[in-house]
Amino acid sequence: MTPELIVEYASIAAIAILVVALLLTVYRAVIGPTLPDRIVALDMLVGIVIGFIAVIALRTGYTLYIDIAIALGLVGFLATVAFARFVLARGCVGEGEEVEPGPAPGPAQAGPVAKSAAKSAAKAASPKTAKPRKTSKPAASRGKEAK
Amino acid sequence: MISLLATLAVAFLMIAGALFSLLAAIGLNRLPDFYTRMHAASKAGTVGSGLLLLAVGLHAADGATFGRSLAGIVFFVLTAPISAHLLARAAHKVGYKLSSVSVRDDMIG
Repeated sequence: MTPELIVEYASIAAIAILVVALLLTVYRAVIGPTLPDRIVALDMLVGIVIGFIAVIALRTGYTLYIDIAIALGLVGFLATVAFARFVLARGCVGEGEEVEPGPAPGPAQAGPVAKSAAKSAAKAASPKTAKPRKTSKPAASRGKEAK
Repeated sequence: MISLLATLAVAFLMIAGALFSLLAAIGLNRLPDFYTRMHAASKAGTVGSGLLLLAVGLHAADGATFGRSLAGIVFFVLTAPISAHLLARAAHKVGYKLSSVSVRDDMIG
């Protein structure tokens, strides 16, 4: 078994595995119940396509494909950041009900609550991060912080 | 002998990278909510594409190609946590719920 043949078989196997991974990710992107699910699937899709490009570069010997992979990674990163900003701007509209609400923040979680309350209070102290939607949190948790 | 070892290393890296990508895709489908799916996608997915890029760099046996593939790996390792963190923070801030099996949420409040 020559080295070329080993690389050939390994690249074919890698492409087969990557195709399965790509199909699973596309399935999640299609059924994904919420928008962030689809965004994560899109991010993952970019990663898998980068893997495809790497395998094709290895098979054909055109190492210029690596630059294309880097450019695609940059585009995927920027797309994910833009989508995150979009989620922040759009809010949670009419989705997410299929997941039952998590455990209610009760007295059992006094430790982390107090910690994050101190954090958000420190944030609110700086004038730049004191956005309107954040101001309610420190005001509500001042009492816990005092004790 | 050396070339055979290098070839075996490249083949192993390729299969391992593809398997990591498959693992990430399975995790994306099996995990209960968005925040846990993000773990699979951002960690295993990054390792998968990174190993495949490393395989290309090793196979070419060329300094420029290896450097570029290494630069690509560093870029992905740097950017994947940033984008995952941004997305998780945005989703948590606008109120996407954790799944019912979660035991605590450190960002409440």
